[in-house]
Amino acid sequence: MTPVFYILAALTLAGGLASVLLKNLVHCALAVSIAFLGVALLFLSLDAQFAGFAQILIYIGAVAILVVFAILLTRGSDLPKESVFSRTWLAGLIIAAAVFAVLGWAVISSASALPSAAAVPAVTVHDIGAALVGRYVLPLEIVALLLTSATIGAVIVALHEKEKAQ
Amino acid sequence: MTPLAAYLLVAALLFAIGLAGALTRRNAILVLIGIELMLNAANLTFVTFSRMLNDIGGQSLVFFVLVVAAAEVVVGLGIIVAIFRRRPEATADDLNTLKG
Repeated sequence: MTPVFYILAALTLAGGLASVLLKNLVHCALAVSIAFLGVALLFLSLDAQFAGFAQILIYIGAVAILVVFAILLTRGSDLPKESVFSRTWLAGLIIAAAVFAVLGWAVISSASALPSAAAVPAVTVHDIGAALVGRYVLPLEIVALLLTSATIGAVIVALHEKEKAQ
Repeated sequence: MTPLAAYLLVAALLFAIGLAGALTRRNAILVLIGIELMLNAANLTFVTFSRMLNDIGGQSLVFFVLVVAAAEVVVGLGIIVAIFRRRPEATADDLNTLKG
């Protein structure tokens, strides 16, 4: 365990916690982009260059910006008058704690059976590219279709009201 | 405990934080952010196992999860913007117009 891991883990978890707990939605969006950055750096520390840079490009470059746009379009930057937490927050918290207990128990109880990482990572970006257009070419095409239809669908959903008003 | 098990614990904690956010926040955008955090935690698990087992499947799956998450956030935010245009005060608690 290196100090780098502890710093990155603390950064990620602090960003995630802040995005869930903060009141102002714009602050939440900034906190969640810190959490995304922390996950990207954790990917890089696991020698997963492709996943790390894709994470930075897609999540910080696109998703965080989209979330900020959505917040500004919905006047979400105004502070809410009532509590930011839902009426059933206690049940949600209990469910989340139970899920973490199960996951943590599974990881800790199987930790001794986990293999330790090889000194030299065998998976390179070149291998992933070859696998995506070789073994996984059908899922790649399906995912391209999904992305196209999702983009068209989002435009139609967001435009719907305007067309009616005219 | 191998060092990589700590990555799995971080992923489990991040997943729980995202789940808590998705279940307890009122604002629909924050629910979506919670779901994104959960997807990130799953990705972290995939990459950790990929590094552990020296297998390419984990990192290829991360790519697909990223694309599906992007599609999900695009549609989700489009729906939220459409809902807010109709009812400015909408929170996740009040969005029950489909209820019979």
